[in-house]
Amino acid sequence: MKLLTLNFLTCAIKTCKTSPSSFPLHPQDSELEIVEADINVLFLRNMLPRLMWNELRLIVNELGLPSLPETAPDASSLLETKLQVPEGDTTGLNIEKIEVPSQVAKDLHRVLLETCIREGKLVCGNCGHEYKVMEGVANFLLPGHLV
Amino acid sequence: MLPTPSTSHVCFDRVYEPAEDSFLLLDTISSFSEAAFLHDRFRQTTPELEPCSTSPLVLEVGVGSGVVLAFVAANAKTIFGRDDVLALGTDINSFACQAASQTVQNAIHNPSESVFLDIVNGDLACAIRPYLVDVFIFNPPYVPAKLPDYSRHDNYNTILAGQKSTSFEQDSYLLELSYAGGIDGMEVTNRMLEQIPHILNPLRGVAYLLLCAQNKPEVVKQRIKDWGPGWMAETVGISGSKAGWEKLQIVRIWKATLS
Ligand SMILES: C[S@@+](CC[C@H](N)C(=O)[O-])C[C@H]1O[C@@H](n2cnc3c(N)ncnc32)[C@H](O)[C@@H]1O
Ligand SMILES: [Zn+2]
Repeated sequence: MKLLTLNFLTCAIKTCKTSPSSFPLHPQDSELEIVEADINVLFLRNMLPRLMWNELRLIVNELGLPSLPETAPDASSLLETKLQVPEGDTTGLNIEKIEVPSQVAKDLHRVLLETCIREGKLVCGNCGHEYKVMEGVANFLLPGHLV
Repeated sequence: MLPTPSTSHVCFDRVYEPAEDSFLLLDTISSFSEAAFLHDRFRQTTPELEPCSTSPLVLEVGVGSGVVLAFVAANAKTIFGRDDVLALGTDINSFACQAASQTVQNAIHNPSESVFLDIVNGDLACAIRPYLVDVFIFNPPYVPAKLPDYSRHDNYNTILAGQKSTSFEQDSYLLELSYAGGIDGMEVTNRMLEQIPHILNPLRGVAYLLLCAQNKPEVVKQRIKDWGPGWMAETVGISGSKAGWEKLQIVRIWKATLS
């Protein structure tokens, strides 16, 4: 399960929803894996406003991953310009400016979309309930509520 | 016609096989009139002139094979007029979660297409944070038939230790989850309807719900409109129409902006 998904999840117990400590869920005993994916800067830019940055930083710290900057990156910092000589140009006179993903964008992409919890649990900060993650799928079923 | 995602890797002994209901959802959401409605609702403003709008979050509850969510994610450009869609799903059946995850991943080929989040194993949208969902989709268990005995769920939702595969009883239970809807086929849907106003984005959220004739769709639609000022429910797709008696229909639920 991708770390970005945790931005959209909360404790499944109804009475926890009104408590601010039910979000984010805290990953514990996690076995992480990196699943490479193509970077999409437009997506990162349009998704930034959806991110709960402080909560995300907290999760990243709890997982022992390199810390995220204190404030969310600015949309304009996701691209940088690079100079390159167009393919087939042997004169070197027609240098082009192209826009490529910046290091900021690459780091964000890596942590949100490529870092996945394979096994472990997600713990509610309010009620302490533990939700298991098995083979990358989080289980939010509450037996008591189903019966 | 947009391509239907491949589900050839899915074992239909324990995961719902795409059927007329699934295809009605695909056809309706990608129809000319729905695409026009969604384009308008999720219009991406030009970044130079105005701040651009945030990426829409699509949540499908009860993904089954994943065919619907995969279709919406892979054809986001045609349906919403934009690529930057986030796709999230849930299912009560853990085997469906694994299957759907694969289906969605396989359907998204291009890095500029939508981003697939995950499929979580859960009851309805219980684990989703409130007011974030832009597009909600649900093809529920809608057949009037006794609800399955959920007390067996924990045991039947995994491959038991020492076993290589699921048992026959297990598979029957898992398939029962996919169609049995209790009284009027509405017991699961009614629980979902209670959650909808709390999960949809209040400004741009829209829900697509499949109903069959026995669900008494006119009554259901009236109930939604009675939620309060602005709530709308309209039939936007039908199939199996015979003498004015539609077998299946898709209801669009949304809140009109009050001026
Ligand atoms: C009619 S099937 C639809 C499958 C798929 N969306 C399609 O259209 O082909 C209903 C699905 O809902 C799932 N389901 C049933 N009850 C549920 C619940 N309480 N929470 C989440 N999913 C549920 C079933 O496991 C099944 O996959
Ligand atoms: Zn809790």
